[in-house]
Amino acid sequence: MAIVPKSNDVMTETQPLNIAAIAKDVLFTAILAFLILGPILGLKTFAITGSLALEQRWGMVSVFVAIVAGGRLAYHLLVWNKPQAKPARAISMPTLPVMSFGKYIIPVVLLVAIFLPFLPGVDRRIVDLAILILTYIMLGWGLNIVVGLAGLLDLGYVAFYAVGAYAYALLATIYLPAWFGDGIVPWAFFITLPIAGILAALWGVILGFPVLRLRGDYLAIVTLAFGEIVRVVLINWSDFTGGPAGIGGIPRPSFFGLPFTDGEGGFAAFFGLDFKPIHRIIFLYYVILVLALFTNFVTMRLRRLPVGRAWEALREDEIACRSLGINTTSTKLTAFAIGAMFAGFAGSFFATRQGFVSPESFVFLESFIILAIVVLGGLGSQIGVVIAAIVIIGSFEVFRELNFLKAVMPAGFDPVQYRMLAVGAALVLIMRWKPRGFVTRREPSVILKEKKAIPTDLVAEGHG
Amino acid sequence: MEYFLQQLINGITLGSIYGLIAIGYTMVYGIIGMINFAHGDVFMVGGFVSLIAIVALGITGGSGFFPIILALVLVVFIAMIIASAYNWTVERVAYRPLRGSFRLAPLISAIGMSIVLQEFVRIAQDGRPKPLQPIVTGGYEIMSRAAAQGEFIVRLSNMQIFIIITTLILMAIFTAIITRTSLGRAQRSCEQDMKMASLLGIDINKTISITFIMGAALAAVAGLMFFLYYGVTDFYVGFLAGIKAFTAAVLGGIGSIPGAMIGGLIIGLIEVFWSAYFSIEYKDVAAFAMLAAVLIFLPQGILGKPEIEKV
Amino acid sequence: MSAAGQDVLLRVEHLTMRFGGLTAIGDLSFTAARNDITAIIGPNGAGKTTVFNCLTGFYKPTEGSVILTHEDGKQFLLERMDDFRISQRARVARTFQNIRLFAGMTVLENLMVAQHNTLMRASGFTVTGIFNSPTYVRANREAVEFSEYWLEKAGLVDRADDPAGELPYGDQRRLEIARAMCTKPVLLCLDEPAAGLNPRESEDLNRLLLDIRKEQEIAILLIEHDMSVVMGISDHIVVLDYGVKISDGSPAEVRNDPAVIRAYLGVEDEEEAEAVVESAVAAAAKKPARTKVAAKKLPARKKGARK
Repeated sequence: MAIVPKSNDVMTETQPLNIAAIAKDVLFTAILAFLILGPILGLKTFAITGSLALEQRWGMVSVFVAIVAGGRLAYHLLVWNKPQAKPARAISMPTLPVMSFGKYIIPVVLLVAIFLPFLPGVDRRIVDLAILILTYIMLGWGLNIVVGLAGLLDLGYVAFYAVGAYAYALLATIYLPAWFGDGIVPWAFFITLPIAGILAALWGVILGFPVLRLRGDYLAIVTLAFGEIVRVVLINWSDFTGGPAGIGGIPRPSFFGLPFTDGEGGFAAFFGLDFKPIHRIIFLYYVILVLALFTNFVTMRLRRLPVGRAWEALREDEIACRSLGINTTSTKLTAFAIGAMFAGFAGSFFATRQGFVSPESFVFLESFIILAIVVLGGLGSQIGVVIAAIVIIGSFEVFRELNFLKAVMPAGFDPVQYRMLAVGAALVLIMRWKPRGFVTRREPSVILKEKKAIPTDLVAEGHG
Repeated sequence: MEYFLQQLINGITLGSIYGLIAIGYTMVYGIIGMINFAHGDVFMVGGFVSLIAIVALGITGGSGFFPIILALVLVVFIAMIIASAYNWTVERVAYRPLRGSFRLAPLISAIGMSIVLQEFVRIAQDGRPKPLQPIVTGGYEIMSRAAAQGEFIVRLSNMQIFIIITTLILMAIFTAIITRTSLGRAQRSCEQDMKMASLLGIDINKTISITFIMGAALAAVAGLMFFLYYGVTDFYVGFLAGIKAFTAAVLGGIGSIPGAMIGGLIIGLIEVFWSAYFSIEYKDVAAFAMLAAVLIFLPQGILGKPEIEKV
Repeated sequence: MSAAGQDVLLRVEHLTMRFGGLTAIGDLSFTAARNDITAIIGPNGAGKTTVFNCLTGFYKPTEGSVILTHEDGKQFLLERMDDFRISQRARVARTFQNIRLFAGMTVLENLMVAQHNTLMRASGFTVTGIFNSPTYVRANREAVEFSEYWLEKAGLVDRADDPAGELPYGDQRRLEIARAMCTKPVLLCLDEPAAGLNPRESEDLNRLLLDIRKEQEIAILLIEHDMSVVMGISDHIVVLDYGVKISDGSPAEVRNDPAVIRAYLGVEDEEEAEAVVESAVAAAAKKPARTKVAAKKLPARKKGARK
C-alpha cells in the first residue's frame, strides 16, 4: 500500500520552498499511513486452540510508514518543487503512437502471432501463456462490442463465458455420447463450438432484455448481479452442473478427428511425426488464434454495417437514435447477443483446453479483468485490447518469474501472492494517468474523401 | 408463528447492519454520483480492525457487563477512526483525481481499489477465516412453545438488542447531522448542484471527504456488528455485503438516508425469510434478483424522486 | 396558403400532457397542411417543445390524439406509436433544442446513421451484409451519395470526414437538419433552429430551410423565437401560452391578435406592445427571412413590459 496521496493545497504554494508546510504534510502522511497499515499489518491474528492470538510486526509497519513518508517527501522535493513546474497531474499525456505506427505494427504482430510456436526459443510455457493471452484478447474483443461500441457497461460478461464452457463440458461428456455414441467424442469440440456460441447469445438476450432501460452504474451493478446469479446457480445446482467440484474429464480437441495420442491412428502417426505432447498445445494455439481473428474480423465488418453504426450512435446519443428511427431495443440486444456469442466460443475453448470446468473460474474478478482490458486498451479500439491484454495478463505471469526476490526478502515471501494487489494498484494508477486508455483515437467507419482519426475526447462513453 | 417471529427478529438485526452500510453508498452516490465499490471493503476492514482490537484488549465473553460495554465503545471508536482513514485515502487517491473525467475511469479505479483492499488484508492477515468466541452473550426468551410439534423458543439475544439499539442511536445522530448542521446543508447542496455550491463558497473537496469519512464510520460499526453477530470474518465478506447494501440503498431511493435504512431492513428480511422458508443456498440469488427487480421496476426507489427523461 | 381547407397532413386533437400536477399542454388542437410551414410560437415555458415530444413519441400524451395522413391516404395515430416507429413508418423527423449530434462520429457517419432502416433492409438485417452482398454494397453506395447530396445542400461537403463534435455551432445546426432530412421525412419538426446563431450562420440556415421548402415535398413544423424568421417564412402560426392555444391563423391574423400581444408583453402597456410587434413585423417584411440582422427579439413575457 505504498500509494502516496497527493495534496493540492501544498502543490499550489510551491515557489519558495515552504518547509513548514512540507513537514506538516509529510507528518500527516506518516500518521495516515500508520493508521492504515498499523492495525492490519502490525497485528497479525492467528488461531491458537479455540481462540485468536496476535503476532506483533511493528518493525514491518515502521519500514512501510517510512517508505510512504519518504516517498511523499521525495515527491515534494523532486516533483512539485521542480524549477520549471509543469502541471503535476498529467492527465493529458501524449497518446501512444499506435495509430500512426498502426500500419506497420499490425502486420508485424500478426506475423509473429502466426509463426509464434515455431520461433526459436519458444517453449511450451510461452505457447501456454500466448494461449491465455489470446483467450483474453478474444474476450476483450467480444466485450468491446458491448462496452466499447454500444456503450453498455457489462460487469457480468463472465457469465456468458461460463455458459459456453459448461455447454461444451456437458455436451461433450454426457449428452453427445449419449445421443450419438462415443464415436462422436473426437469431433465434440467442432460440433459444440457453434452450439455454445448460440446458447451464450441466447443468454445474452435473456439477460439483456430486462436491463435495457437501465443506464450507467445501474446497468453495471445489475449485470454484475446476473453474473453472480449464474455462478451461484452453477455452484448449487449440483445434479446438472456438478456443483462446486465442477465437471472433469472433458475430452481434448482432436485434429479434425485425429486425437493427439501416441501410437496408431494418432496425429503424430498420421503425419509421420514423432509423438510430442506439444503438438496438442500448438494445435490449441492455432484454434484460439483463428477464433480470436474471427472475432476481430466479424467486429470490424460489423462496424461498417448499419448495425455497427447504430451501436456507436447509441453510445453517442440514444435519444437522437430514436428520433432517427433506430429501434434501440433490438440494437442493444444484438450487441449483447453478439458479444455474448464470442464469450461462448471462448468458453468452449477454455473448457477443452483445461479439460475441467468449475464455478471458480467464473468469478466477478474475471469479468472485471476483461472490462479492465477493454477500458485500458481504449474503448472501442481493437488494437488497444491486444496491448492491454498483453500488459495485464503478461504482468500476472511476470510475478511467477520474480523468484529471485525470494532470496532477498524474508522467508515465506511468495511474489505470486502479490500479483492481484499489484494489478489492482496498477489499475488505479493507470486510470489516473490515462483515463481514456492507451489508444485514444477512433477510426471512422465510412469515408468520403480522406481518413481522419477522431480523438476520443469527443467520443461519448455511452449512457447505458 | 413462533418461527416467523424469530425470523423477523433475525431479519431486522441483519437489516440494521445492511442499512448502516447502505448509508455510506447512498451518501457517496448522492454527492458524486458514483458507486464506491471499495465501500464494502471498508466495511470489511472495519470488521477486521474490530477483531484485532478485541483480541488486543483481551475481551472475552466472561469479562463482565460493564467492562464489555466499555471495551466495545473503545473498539467502535478505533474501528471508526481506522476505517475513516481508509475511505478518506481511497477517495483522495482513486476518486478525486478522476472526478469529472471519463465515466468508466472512476469505476475501474474503484474496483481496483476494492481489489487492493481485499488483497492487502488477505496478505497481511492470511486468507483464513477468523473465528472468535461470542463476546456479547445471553438473551431473553420471549416466547416458547411446548413440545407438541417439537419445542421452539423465540430468542432475542443481547447481541441483537445491542445491534438494533446502536443502529437506532447512529441513525438519530446522522439524521440530525444531515438535517440540522451547516455540514449537512453543505452536503445536500453539493448533491443538488456541485458547481453552484462551489460558487457559493462551499468547499466541495472538504464536503466530499467528510461524506466519505461519515460513510466509513458507519460501515466500521456495521463491520464490528456483523463480525460479532456471525462470530467470524474474512477478507472477502465486503464484496457480498457491499452488493446487498448497495441494493438496499437503491431500494430505499439513492441519496436518501432514511431510505437506505428502510432498504436495508427490507433486504435483511428478504434474505432471512428466503433462507428460512425456501433455500439457504439460493439466498444470494434472492438478493441479486431483488437488486435487478428493483433497478428495473423501481429505479427511483421507495423514497426517491422519479426522473423524467429530458429530451 | 393557410391550413384551412387544404390537404391536412397533421391533425392534433385535444392534446393534453400533464406531469404530475403540472399541465404542460391543455387541450390543444390544430392542423398542419401538407407542404406548409407551420410555426408554433409562444413565450418561454409555453409548452412548445412538449408538443414536439408528444408528436415524436418521446412523451406519451395524457389525452388526445395526433393523426398523420400520408399522401396515399395511410393514417398513423402517432400518440400510440413508439418513438422510433414514428420516424421509421410515419416519417416524422425532428431536431432538438440542444443539438443532439453523434459528436464522436464523422459528419458523413451521422448522415449514414440516419439511413439506418434502409441500409438495414439492404444488408439483410446484417446476415447477408456481413458477406458484402451486392445489394448491400449498392445500397451503401447510394446512401453515401444521398448523404453527399445533403452535405452539399448544408454546405458541409468539405467537412464530411471531420467529427461532428468539432464543427462550429452553426454547422452543427445545419448538420442536424441534414441528418433529419436523410430519413426522408414527410414532416420535419425543427426545435428553435436559429437559437444562438450569429447573423451569418442564420443566413446559411435560412438558405437551407428555404431550399428544403422549395425543392422537397415536405411540411415543416417550426418552433422559433425569432419573429422575423417566423413571420417571414411561415404559412400558418399557432400561438401557445401556458400550454393553451391562444391564437391560430396566418401570420397577418396572428400579428394583429390582441391575445398574442397580451401574452408576449403583458396587459398593462398594450399600445407599446403593439408598436413593438409592428416594428418587428415591418422589419421582417422589408427583408424577408433572408437577413435577420436587424430583427428584434420580442422581450419574453411580462418582465419586458414593466421596464
